[in-house]
Amino acid sequence: MLGLSRSDLLMLLFVLFLVAAAPILLNPFPEASRFAQFNAGYPDLMQRFVIFAIFAVGFNILFGLTGYLSFGHAAFLGAGSYAGVWMLKLLTINVLPAIIVSTLVAGVFSLIIGYISLRRSGIYFSILTLAFAQMSFALAASVLTPITGGETGLQTALNDPRILDGASSGTGNIPAPALFGLEMRDSIQIDFGGWLWTFNVGYYLSAFILLVAFYLSIRIFRSPFGMMLKAIKSNNQRLSYTGINPRPYTLAAFVISGMYAGLAGGLMVAMDPLAGAERMQWTASGEVVLMVILGGVGSLVGPVLGAGLIKYAENIFSKINESLLTQWFAFMPEGLTDFMVTIVSPFVGKGWHLSLGLMFMLVVTFLPGGLIGGVTGLFGRIFGRRSKAQGE
Amino acid sequence: MSKKKTPPMSAWNRRDVLKAGAASGVIAGAPMFFSRAHAADYINEPTGKTVTLGFNVPQSGAYADEGADELRAYQLAVEHLNGGGDGGMMNTFSSKALKGNGILGRKVEYVTGDTQTKPDAARASARSMIEKDGAIMITGGSSSGVAVAVQALCQEAGVIFMAGLTHSNDTTGKDKKANGFRHFFNSYMSGAALAPILGENYGTDRKAYHLTADYNWGYTTEEAVKTSTEAMGWETVAAVKTPLSQTDFSSYVAPVQASGADVLILNHYGANMVNSLTSAVQFGLRAAQANGKNFEIVVPLYSRLMAKGAGENVKGIFGSTNWHWSLQDEGSQAFVKSFGEKYGFPPSQAAHTTYVQTLLYADACERAGTHNPCGVGAALEGFEFDGLGNGKTLYRAEDHQCFKDVLVVKGKENPTSEFDLLEIVEVTPASKVTYDASIFGGELGTCNPGV
Repeated sequence: MLGLSRSDLLMLLFVLFLVAAAPILLNPFPEASRFAQFNAGYPDLMQRFVIFAIFAVGFNILFGLTGYLSFGHAAFLGAGSYAGVWMLKLLTINVLPAIIVSTLVAGVFSLIIGYISLRRSGIYFSILTLAFAQMSFALAASVLTPITGGETGLQTALNDPRILDGASSGTGNIPAPALFGLEMRDSIQIDFGGWLWTFNVGYYLSAFILLVAFYLSIRIFRSPFGMMLKAIKSNNQRLSYTGINPRPYTLAAFVISGMYAGLAGGLMVAMDPLAGAERMQWTASGEVVLMVILGGVGSLVGPVLGAGLIKYAENIFSKINESLLTQWFAFMPEGLTDFMVTIVSPFVGKGWHLSLGLMFMLVVTFLPGGLIGGVTGLFGRIFGRRSKAQGE
Repeated sequence: MSKKKTPPMSAWNRRDVLKAGAASGVIAGAPMFFSRAHAADYINEPTGKTVTLGFNVPQSGAYADEGADELRAYQLAVEHLNGGGDGGMMNTFSSKALKGNGILGRKVEYVTGDTQTKPDAARASARSMIEKDGAIMITGGSSSGVAVAVQALCQEAGVIFMAGLTHSNDTTGKDKKANGFRHFFNSYMSGAALAPILGENYGTDRKAYHLTADYNWGYTTEEAVKTSTEAMGWETVAAVKTPLSQTDFSSYVAPVQASGADVLILNHYGANMVNSLTSAVQFGLRAAQANGKNFEIVVPLYSRLMAKGAGENVKGIFGSTNWHWSLQDEGSQAFVKSFGEKYGFPPSQAAHTTYVQTLLYADACERAGTHNPCGVGAALEGFEFDGLGNGKTLYRAEDHQCFKDVLVVKGKENPTSEFDLLEIVEVTPASKVTYDASIFGGELGTCNPGV
């Protein structure tokens, strides 16, 4: 079905289930319980999960298939964001044009940068993309302030033209980004026993786009084009000797992954209409590399998991402060409580990067295939043994 | 690809039917449950015995020191509101609506977040406070870039934003919002208060060179100081923008002396100012002569934390500040006492303004009898109060800006302690720094309760 093999279809359905049920799955703890701190089922974070999953899935098309490690993909995300906000400001508060234009702008931008950067490979390619991204960041943060808002960021205003909407500014409030009148921030909240589930419009729009993006990525992975990209990764030189010019293929992969990044950027501003320069910084480019490696390079679902894990750590671990830790460990004898708080506190709150680093180190050392590699390995072992037993 | 690209239509249909069925099930089922969002009069309406406030302060970056002090003040304010401690400025506050039993009888709880002094991160943090923790009011921040971004978010989400340390004209000028309120003073007031003092001390024929932090606060401060000094005869030689993330200013300071300027104006704050002032001193600017006069440095927005960071270098340098712990009025004394007892050192102006904002919010809720942002907003608009450390103060209804006296300060030549770093040169009365609400443009819009 849908041109997919049975296992790919199952994978797509698995992702469909995950994103559709996320508001419930991510809120495993009742509102009043002390573990409610760990609930991630609120719109802002859920939107981030799927948007960064799109970003990582796109990045994986370049990095996972061709092996070209770009350190500048945040620049495309940023370019997409700025294009998106400008669409919301100038054209209409409807998010559809913003999302489409941000994808296209990022596509053009990545075509230019990719055309130049892909003249080199390996470490030189990475450094070139990093240089371009830092240039874009510097431009956005100061030189292009009239277009990007500089360090203040670019946001919508009451007196924006919004030529297609016309009289919408008469309400005295800036209209919220919407899809044909359905505001992105609208939610249905359901109290179910002690649980609170929030079904948010913006989240489901992003989730739908993630599914489409994920489906496209499966098709690319399984296509002859994808096969060619894998050939580039395994032996670029041999491919050249057989008379095939690999550059158009890598450039195509670069532009596709750039467009995914732009799409993610466009969705980010559709959910929250502000674009700041720091989303183009090299740390943001590094983050997507981490997501893909953590989840599993070259696997299909891996980047989605990696994105989820990093965003979860960023938003949940970073909120745990010392007073909360003291509450948790209060059941222990006093000396032990202080001891535990001292031990744990460097890894949470401001120090969440430390726990992320540890996690990354463990995954890279013990699970070379990333999280997804670990999971499939585990399943393989369990089911592998069983099937063997059946065979005998 | 061995399989056919186009799937059979029936497969699509079946999926569509399933999906549509599931979706309509959810929609049809929704009203049967009790839906919180629609039952409330406003977003995050507190229903239990507690009310949650969101303290969104910089815990990393150039303004981290200010953020840490803001958080201390918030914790103190919460303690006082809940009836703990000695009550601080609640005893000297002219409005007596607060009773020390929380806000409207509900115990005050709080959540904290890190703005990182980046608009993106600050908004994400504020959004999670509103969506996850149910915060009814967001406050804090030490940057106007962040304040403007978070204020816009609060307007969209429908909660009150009580600005922390933000000095740009934009916050209550071109980017003002009906749900946002600022107690802190602004660039215009600094310029208006500072210019006469600069004229008296440095003469009226000076040539100024500006180094300006490259974001909205820097722009309006540069503009305000330029306008008010040029009005008395100063000349502006150059104005150079520096990135907020800059830590080494030597390349920016180096060309100053050769430019023919005899005054350097540092439109920098926090760690930026500490670093740029230190480089300026290292380059020998303070000892230098230019155009036959002593070279001078001016820092339009000063704070004790910055003075502490810059050490010796601040001696004799003029600037303006919102509040200083050495003020002798009853409110300031009470605040310094309770802050000092709790933390062992005097509060900064950032701590003061955030403490006051928390009290003002709580008081407005009590007077309005609700947490509804529209009710609270109406209670704050045009509110006149006293006893919070700045003398008689007005929350102007037209732009949600407080009008009060402005302090012109100077780095102390002979400090008696590590906290006694600034001396007050003049208290400029509110009437001299008041301006017409319309000069910066922008529209307040209407208050948004979020439902």
